[in-house]
Amino acid sequence: MIEHLTQIAYILATGLFVFSLKWLSHPKTARRGVVAGVLGMTFAVIGTLLHPEIVTYQWIAIGLVVGTLAGIPLSRVPLTAVPQRTALSHAFGGLAAGLVGTAKYILWLQDGELTVFRTSAIVVEIILGYLTFTGSLMAAGKLQEVIPTRPITYRGQNFINLGLLGIAVVSGIVLIARPETWQLFPVIGGLSLVFGVLLIIPIGGADMPTVISLLNAYAGLSAVAMGFVLENKLLITAGALDGSSGLILSIIMCRAMNRSFTNVLFGAFGQVATSAAAQQQRSYKSATAEDVAQMLTAATSVVVIPGYGMAVGQAQHRVREIYDFLSKRGIDVKFAIHPVAGRMPGHMNVLLAEADIPYDRLVEMEEINKDMPQVDVALVIGANDVVNPAARSDPGSPIYGMPIIDADKAKLCIANKRTMNPGFAGIDNDLYYADRTLMLFGDSKAALGHVVDQLKTGS
Amino acid sequence: MSHLDIWSALFVFMLATFIGLEVIRNVSRLLHTPLMSLTNAISAIAVVGSILIAGEQETPLSTLLGTVAVAASMTNIVSGFLITDRMLKMFKQRPDKK
Repeated sequence: MIEHLTQIAYILATGLFVFSLKWLSHPKTARRGVVAGVLGMTFAVIGTLLHPEIVTYQWIAIGLVVGTLAGIPLSRVPLTAVPQRTALSHAFGGLAAGLVGTAKYILWLQDGELTVFRTSAIVVEIILGYLTFTGSLMAAGKLQEVIPTRPITYRGQNFINLGLLGIAVVSGIVLIARPETWQLFPVIGGLSLVFGVLLIIPIGGADMPTVISLLNAYAGLSAVAMGFVLENKLLITAGALDGSSGLILSIIMCRAMNRSFTNVLFGAFGQVATSAAAQQQRSYKSATAEDVAQMLTAATSVVVIPGYGMAVGQAQHRVREIYDFLSKRGIDVKFAIHPVAGRMPGHMNVLLAEADIPYDRLVEMEEINKDMPQVDVALVIGANDVVNPAARSDPGSPIYGMPIIDADKAKLCIANKRTMNPGFAGIDNDLYYADRTLMLFGDSKAALGHVVDQLKTGS
Repeated sequence: MSHLDIWSALFVFMLATFIGLEVIRNVSRLLHTPLMSLTNAISAIAVVGSILIAGEQETPLSTLLGTVAVAASMTNIVSGFLITDRMLKMFKQRPDKK
């Protein structure tokens, strides 16, 4: 009887998870999606607690309490830290999968119950789980800037990485054939942990949106593998939902950079570029906050193009003040969002939403580019590669072919940047030297703050 | 426990992946960050497996591993759902002009 209750709870949970994601498709219904997700998870946990195999609740309770206590502060981080938090939670997901796989292997080894199916599933689970764990920790460290964010490369890097993964996979195959050779188990686990670290070392900040999405897919797949190990359909379904979400996001991110998965993972973006750009002195025009304020108020349409610099400077609230001021004067202000702007998918949207900018003002790259030539002022805030015209015109540039927002086609472009140093990828940006571009130097928050002051005193 | 053979498991996996791809394809790009934190919380369904390991109490080691796994998954559930809701609350439409 209780067995049936558990299965009913699992079926309800599965349905609720699907609805949860379906409702997330639009901002109007999205919060209902969270409710469905919470309900689904509650059913799943209650259904599991009813399981007759559970003999003690003491340790479960401790785990649940510790997790809750750790989870609450993690949900209150500032929104600029959301990429780190996300990477960290992928790490926890991978860790849980790796630990459950390890425990199951030890238990089944003792009882002599390792079948080919079980061992195969466990091998996949621990490889994916542990590499997601350390890889995501590294990604979180880079995003938090605890670890240097520049890509670190050395000779034979890809050879070493793939070699390690290869040894782990071969050990896994031997373990499947002879499950009692337990000595191989720590080898597989250890190599996966090391591989996770090595995989992320050569990845630079500009590639983080893709890598986070990819780690998301791995975390989902490790939950699927856990479902195969425990013969649990709910785990397989929910893990597959997460895995497909990670996959879709990774594909969108790769397309937005015109790169392939292999290129992102093994290409070490940003390392090649520094030498390629000719280091000559070129002239550019800079503007004061007063100039910028005047040009903004004289415009009839303004497009703001935010990038990681806006997030770093926490300038989204200054941007909102400019938006408020200009819209009150009847100036049409839109925000052009490049899919890989920031450090994770959708990063800019969340920051602008936090600053109370209505979401119907946020426009996708493909849509805004048609209107760019009619736009009076394009205001670029801390975005670099996503507005670099070299992507359209210079076949020698590392970012050639990447779709960009055509800020250079606007009648006037104002670019805010801290200094003239090339951006993260180390690629020189012709936009800054163009005739129709004015540079507004300074930290994004401070520089835009001055513009706001000028707007207010000027009116 | 009801047993699941490899073919049924693969069937479930394939169908769930197709549903996932179709449903998530429709998610607005606006909401990709909340999407990631929500799917994160959902994939913390690993809590189910962790609870079983921690509760079966077969050996001290497996109980320890299970307990840590429960804590890790629960962290993702709590923080994932809470932060998703916190972000979604911020997405507002333009107030209607009077």
